[in-house]
Amino acid sequence: MPDTSVLADAVLADSTWSDAAGKFAGTFGTVAVFIGILLLIFYAAGKASGRVARPLAIVVFLLPSILLLVVGLVVPVIRTIYLSLYNDTSTNYLGAENYKWAFTSSTIREVLFNTLLWIIIAPVLTTLLGLAMALLVDRLRGQAVYKSLIFLPMAVSFVGASFIWRFVYEARDPAQPQIGLLSQTVMALGWKDPPNWILSHPLNNFLLMVIMIWVQTGFAMVVLSAAIKAVPDEITEAARMDGATGGTLLFYVTIPMIRNTLIVVLTTVMITTLKVFDIVRTMTGGNFRTQILANEMYSQAFVQFNTGRGSALAVILFAAVLPLVIYNIVQLRKERATR
Amino acid sequence: MSSLEAVAATESTTAQERPAQPVKAVRKTFSSPIATILVLVMTIMWTIPTFGLLVTSVRPAQDVATTGWWTFFINPHFTLANYQTVLFQNTFGASSGLMPYLINSAAITIPATVIPLVLAAMAAYALAWVRFRGSDTIFFIIFALQVVPLQMALIPLLSLFSGGLHVGDATIIPALRTIVFGVGPVSAQMPQYAGVWIAHTMFALPLAIFLLHNFIAQLPKDVMEAAMVDGANHFRIFRSIVLPLATPALASFAIFQFLWVWNDLLVGLTFAGGTPEVAPLTVRLAQLGGNFGRSWELLTAGAFVSIVVPLIVFFALQRYFVRGLLAGSVKG
Repeated sequence: MPDTSVLADAVLADSTWSDAAGKFAGTFGTVAVFIGILLLIFYAAGKASGRVARPLAIVVFLLPSILLLVVGLVVPVIRTIYLSLYNDTSTNYLGAENYKWAFTSSTIREVLFNTLLWIIIAPVLTTLLGLAMALLVDRLRGQAVYKSLIFLPMAVSFVGASFIWRFVYEARDPAQPQIGLLSQTVMALGWKDPPNWILSHPLNNFLLMVIMIWVQTGFAMVVLSAAIKAVPDEITEAARMDGATGGTLLFYVTIPMIRNTLIVVLTTVMITTLKVFDIVRTMTGGNFRTQILANEMYSQAFVQFNTGRGSALAVILFAAVLPLVIYNIVQLRKERATR
Repeated sequence: MSSLEAVAATESTTAQERPAQPVKAVRKTFSSPIATILVLVMTIMWTIPTFGLLVTSVRPAQDVATTGWWTFFINPHFTLANYQTVLFQNTFGASSGLMPYLINSAAITIPATVIPLVLAAMAAYALAWVRFRGSDTIFFIIFALQVVPLQMALIPLLSLFSGGLHVGDATIIPALRTIVFGVGPVSAQMPQYAGVWIAHTMFALPLAIFLLHNFIAQLPKDVMEAAMVDGANHFRIFRSIVLPLATPALASFAIFQFLWVWNDLLVGLTFAGGTPEVAPLTVRLAQLGGNFGRSWELLTAGAFVSIVVPLIVFFALQRYFVRGLLAGSVKG
């Protein structure tokens, strides 16, 4: 490396560090000021006595959170619903026009169809794999190690996971040595001429779902493994006395006993699948006919600045998530009541 | 919220290990070499993509471009130059590599973890121990707010931050820029940071309050009452009794929130934009995916830089990590 570029690097690095110092000063300064102000308020409000003391405490403790929630969630939700009824510059009232667009335009129809595929296939496979793993791993020595390694992708961001898999899916001309693991594997297995994975519709949709499944299986496994351990031994013992073994025990005893947990895992992964846009954005940007609702919403709202349409898509997303979440809450309340 | 309660069940069952005998019997029924092989195969399949990424990131560019990463083991050429390049040099179209973005990620994540943690603990304490008419209703509404997907709040919140809130000619809330610069002499990118911090705080609060409330409400009543009798006010009780006793719950949530913010793309992309002054690593990486699709030795090193912090947290604090992550897995 020539000397000048080393010098340039050094200068760049220097400016990076001074820049960093500035940012951290701002960051820690903010945290310090925030805590300082709180302590001051605590001190001052603590001086109050008699009848004002209690109401004052309530206000000090609760008001910041409530204000942030009202400004940050309650009002925006109402406003998004309102914006979804207006045109893209929010000047003309359109009624249900944006929703009509969402359900009739052929591009958005494909987006909704892809989304539907995602929320069926990814959660079902995740749950099945998680269940299989939970059933198998609990009988092994060193199960903690296996569990950690399967759970590990949960720590990685969806963007990071997408990079990991982009590299797996990297395709080269079949005549050349491959650098992507998938191409190499299928060619070793005898497929002479594998496609460019990410470009081939409809296969690419499923390859993107693999990333979601890869990330979420650890979650399914951990929760289901705990549920399986919680099945009372008397029940499995009794079934065994009656001659149940292997598959029978599994399908007639264990799975019915953990049915609720299975459904909760399934719906939870569904909710995540509906909302995550990172994978599609990083892998294809929604091109090659892989677009899904969450990413289309982002593109409409923040890339094309179609506020009305983006809002309508957000509302559709909300409407799709809502019954799943409510089901989850009701289910778990019931479960807790019977326990 | 759902998985949270599932996990509550998880915790109690794993804590009290079942009597060994029947478990062993069941284990014996099922255990077979096939099970072992299946588990091994699946574990390898789950691990190998990440492993390939790591291996590629330490290979020279020439090797990466011409051969698969698995040939590293026949022909090992090791280098850390890729990391040097992606972190500090003029790569990826940024004047000093990914380092500024790494710093941005830290600068975004720390306040976006501490602030909601403290505010939520305060609210949870008030709702659990300073009960008043309507406190149950407020708690339920906060709980219910967890169903709102981020997407529902982004558009209005962005316009609020950039333009403020006006009714007629009167300004109810001024633009964030005006507020931040009004506070004092701060750097130019401060308003954008503040936007990201506040947005993350807002989106974190429902889950945080719910989680911490569950824990704080179960602290021993007699300790609280004894402190009250001794004349301690609510602020004292909160600082010297509630916070120390709630440390496990605070730690779980802090880890979850730290990772959530660190790994987040949506909020970062919307409120920080793509500039090197403010954007976090995830945002930069997502941009790189499109533009620099060929230099895999650099892309893999860059990706590994972004996942190394969560991986350290994962291995160092696995127990808390699993608890926090499961509890929050429906957030967003």
